[in-house]
This record gives sequence, C-alpha cells and structure tokens, in this order.
Amino acid sequence: MAMGPESLAIDASHLSRRYGRRWALADVSFQLQRGAVMMVAGRNGSGKTTLLRILSTAIRPDLGRGVVLGHDLINGREEVRRATALLAHYSYLYESLTALQNLDIVARFCGAPPSSAATALARVGLADRADDPVSTFSAGMRKRLSFARVLLQRPAIAFLDEPFGQLDPEGFALVEHVVAELKGGGATVVIATHQVDRVTGFADVRLMLEQGRVVSA
Amino acid sequence: MITALRKEFLLQWRTRAQAVAVFVFGATALLLFSFAIGPNAAALRQHAAGFLWLGLLLSSTLTLSETFHAEMENRALEGLLLLPVSPRALYYGKAVANALQLILLGIALVPVMVVLYDAGTTRIPMLLVVIALGAAGISAPGTLYSAMTSQARAKQTLLPLLLFPLIVPVLLASVKATSLIILGDPMGQAQAWISLLLAFNGIYWSLCGLLFDRVVED
Amino acid sequence: MLPNERFPKLPYALLALGVLCLLAGSYLGLFVAPPEHFMGQVQRIMYVHVPTAWNDMLAFTFAFFSAVIFLFKSDFKWDARMEAAIEVGILFAFLLCCQGAIWAKPTWGVWWDWDPRLTTTAVLLFAFAGILALRRFVDDPVKRGVWSAVATIIAYVDVPIVYFSVRWWNSLHQVQSSPSTVSSQFYLPLRLNAFGVLFLMTAFIMLRARIASRRLASELVPPPADLAGELA
Repeated sequence: MAMGPESLAIDASHLSRRYGRRWALADVSFQLQRGAVMMVAGRNGSGKTTLLRILSTAIRPDLGRGVVLGHDLINGREEVRRATALLAHYSYLYESLTALQNLDIVARFCGAPPSSAATALARVGLADRADDPVSTFSAGMRKRLSFARVLLQRPAIAFLDEPFGQLDPEGFALVEHVVAELKGGGATVVIATHQVDRVTGFADVRLMLEQGRVVSA
Repeated sequence: MITALRKEFLLQWRTRAQAVAVFVFGATALLLFSFAIGPNAAALRQHAAGFLWLGLLLSSTLTLSETFHAEMENRALEGLLLLPVSPRALYYGKAVANALQLILLGIALVPVMVVLYDAGTTRIPMLLVVIALGAAGISAPGTLYSAMTSQARAKQTLLPLLLFPLIVPVLLASVKATSLIILGDPMGQAQAWISLLLAFNGIYWSLCGLLFDRVVED
Repeated sequence: MLPNERFPKLPYALLALGVLCLLAGSYLGLFVAPPEHFMGQVQRIMYVHVPTAWNDMLAFTFAFFSAVIFLFKSDFKWDARMEAAIEVGILFAFLLCCQGAIWAKPTWGVWWDWDPRLTTTAVLLFAFAGILALRRFVDDPVKRGVWSAVATIIAYVDVPIVYFSVRWWNSLHQVQSSPSTVSSQFYLPLRLNAFGVLFLMTAFIMLRARIASRRLASELVPPPADLAGELA
C-alpha cells in the first residue's frame, strides 16, 4: 500500500526551538499517518510541551519545518489552527464566566451550532455545573471543561498535553473514551505524557524525547 | 467580530463591580483636583474641562490594564487565537468595549464635574461627541499597549508610561473642545478640535488594528 | 550579524570629522559671525540648537524606518539599529530641551515657553523613553524587538499630530519663537555645525548598534554544533 504525503497527518523535520539560552527542542523529525494515535513520552523538561505547542502553531519553531495536514506550520498557520485543537497546560478559560458561557464562545467562534456547547458539556459530565463560574471549579473540573473545548472544535488532529493531569480515576476513563471517540471519527491524536503505562495500551506510535531530542521512535 | 464583542460585554458585565470602583476613583480624583486649586469658583470653572479629562485619563489606566487580566490568567487569549480567531477581530472587539466603558465613565463623571466646579452646559450632544471621540482616542492605542504590558514585567508602570505621551493630542483637543463647550465658544473653534480628534481616531484605529497581530503572536 | 562590520574604522573617522566640523562651525558661530540684531548674544545658541533639532528628527526617522524594516524582515540587525537610533534620539531631544530652556530664560524670563516645536520634542522624549523602558522589561529578544518596533511606529506617526495640536493650542496665546530664524550671514557656521552633528550622530548610532548587536548575539544562542551543520 503506497503511503503518499496526503496520508500524512504530520511531517516534521528538524524542529527546534530555544527559550533564552536553552534549546528546549533540538532537531526533532518524524512522520505520523492520519488516524493514528501517537504517544510522546519523556521526563519533565524533555520538550514534549514545546513540541505540541509548535505543531499546534501556538509558538513558532526557531529552526526546521513542519507540514500538518498538508499545511505549512509557518505559512499556513490559519489552516492548521482550523483543523487542530490543543489541550494545553493552561485551561484557556475565563474565570469570571460560567462553564456554558466559556464553551458558547468557542462554539460561536468555530461556527458550531449553539446547542453543541451544552452537548459537549454533558459529554464530559459537567452538565449540572453549566451555570457556575469557572472560578468555583476544581482543577479536575477545569480539565474536563478543557476536554469539552477540544471536542467542540471537532479537530482533525487533537494535541493532548498531559491529559491525565489533575483527573481522578473516573476522569482517566473519560480520557480514554474521548481518545476513542476522536479516533473513531477519523482524527489523529497526539498525546504527551510521562505516564507511559496508561497510554501505551492504545498508542499506535511512540516518540521518546530527552532534553529536546528524539531518543527513539 | 460580533462574537468578540459579545465576549467582551459578557466579561465586562461579570466584572461590573470594578467599573463602580473605577468611577469612585475618577470622582475622587476630581475632588482632589479641586483641593489643589482651592475654593475659587471662577478658577475651578475655568479648569473644569482639564480636570475632567485628567481624571478620565488616570482612570483609563485602571480599566485598560484590567482588560487583559482575564485574558492572561489562563492564557484564554492564546486559546482563542488557536481556534482560529483573527487577532484583528479580537483587537477591535476589545478596543470598542474599552471605548464604551470609558465613554460611560466620562458621562458618569460629568455630573461630578458640574457639581464640584459649577461647570454645566446645555450643549449636551456636542459634549457627548467630544467624550465619545476622546474616549475612543484613548482606547485604541491603550488596548494595544495593554496587550503588550500585560505580558511584560512592571506592567502597572509601563502602561501609563507608554500611553500618556502618545495621547497628548487627544488630551489637548478634548480639553479644549470641552472647555469651549462649557465656557462658551464665540468663534466656533470647537469644530476644529473635534476634527483633530476625528483624525487621530481615524489614524490610530486603523494603525493599531494592523499592528495588533504582531503584538500577540509568539 | 554585526551592522557595519565591513567598515570597522568608519565610526571613528566620522567622529573625528564631526568634531572637526563642530570646532570650525562653533568658532565661526561664536566669534566670527555678528550678533543677531534683536536678540543679541543669546541667539548664538542657534548654532547648536538648529543642527541638534535637524539631526534629532533624522535619528527618530531612522528609528522609524528601522522598525518597519525589522517587522518585515525579522533581521535583528535592524533591531540593533533601531535601539541605537532611539537612544541617540533621546539624548538629542534632551539636549534640545536644555538648549531651549537656556535660550528661553534670558529671552522670556521663564524656563519653558511652550513653543510648539520644543514641546513636541519634549513629548517625543517621553514617548521614546517609555519605549526604552519597555525594552528593559521584556526579556525575550524576539518579543522585545517586535513590541518596541510596533511602539516606535505608533510613536513616530504621532509626531506630526502632536506638533499640530500643540501649535493650535499655543496659537491662542502669544506667538513665541524658538531660536531658529536664520538669515544668510549665518549659513556657513550653521551648515558646518549641522554636518558636524550629523557625522557625530551617525558615528554614535553605528557604535551603539554594534554594542546592541553583540548583546543580541549572546542572547540568540545558536543551535548546538551538530544541528548547525545540517541546517546551514
């Protein structure tokens, strides 16, 4: 079966990024097929977050190039953003607004139907807290809300940075369901985690990072 | 862009207690100015326009710096940019919302000015126009700069430092026009100042909108 | 990456030339040229004031163009030049305000006469001092460059607006002038000084840009050796 570039979700070559005097990511290259689930593993500070942020266009690479779903990371940023969603360390939430209001804003900006906000909220088990301001939420609930945000965007690639952080065992099950749902819908999923054993079961591809470099793929 | 505006209004509505606090700050400033001059009714009346706009300007640093606080708390701004949302739409949404907030503040401070300085006027529509243009003139560059300073260190001091020299024309024109409205305008000069305000607004609303995406990109 | 690397000695040559011109021009202006009819000896300050004013605007204009080029090309050479031009511009603006005050006191009896050009210069001084402060409080060199370039563009566009608004504002009071009226006898020393200050200013900007470039080079650490070869 010939795999042309059209079937590639991500084609990264020599991605590098510096913070101050430290190169957080150095010469990272890999390819990922569409519909696959990739686990990016490594200790804290190995560059996992930086890699995900570059691939989702939250930051620019200082060196190297990347093609995500056929669009260049630097010149085709808007198209990449349209097709991807990032679950970041930051919750991207407005503290003073309610859960539903936060999701509603996202839905409107994405052009999704207004009811989809409530649906996403229910999907992550927060329907009963729809009208509570986010400032009253625990860390676990904020994580769930961030998941709802990702689902709302219906991305072709979902970048999940430490999805298990702050969640209880019930939340772990939610993550697995969400990943399955995304994959079932044809999306590609990239998960950065240092909890290797949790993800290794359903990951198709593994990428190990250490000090910003790939140590095994 | 409507969505951006909607978001701003939602945010402002939820934090409306702050708006009251800012009004109190502005009114207090006006009170302090009158103490600086002394109970000289004629002098107070003559300088009323200046005090009003100084009070409004000082209060604006409070509202403007708050405006990006909510965006930076959980990096909500980045979250929106990744959706993707056009940075320009976000800028105009915020700048318009800020301008409206400042206009409301200006209108609220007018009665304070009338009472403290005996500086009333019957030419209300014109006064409203001047307040609107002046507030908009402060808001356009102010929103851009508060986007920058909210990510830098020493944010409280940087914003007035950057903004105040820039809006000298707005201050001059607004004070002059307001003063003419209050004290009388035999030669019809207020129009000229209003034109200056219009020009400033025209230039800066377009320029800052153009430059905003460079300011928020990473 | 160092700007003006090709002519390392050039700034020093310019410095020497500038000093020479200034010495010649100042000698002529102070001792040879006749005193001005109405204002007397004080008016001689014009021989430094006018050249400083011309070059000040030149410095800020160069800063503006550097900012625009930097935003388009993202070449840090231009960020260094912009930083240098802003600093030199601020220095000159400060000198202008001092000169204006020195002239105003004996002439009008007050230190500051709200002359539109001088007042605009004061506003410029504060505006660009703010931009330098901004640079100091931002650590990331890329953000620092982009933000200060944006601020420089915004501040520079404001200059004509500030000038006109102050002129209108001031015209309601007595029309005062700063030492800038020139008649033909005074051209030679004025021109000499103008070139003198121009050479000095160019030299200052070049040297300062080099310093800024060196600092940038240490901040924008190159990639580890094995990468550099691949990506060259």
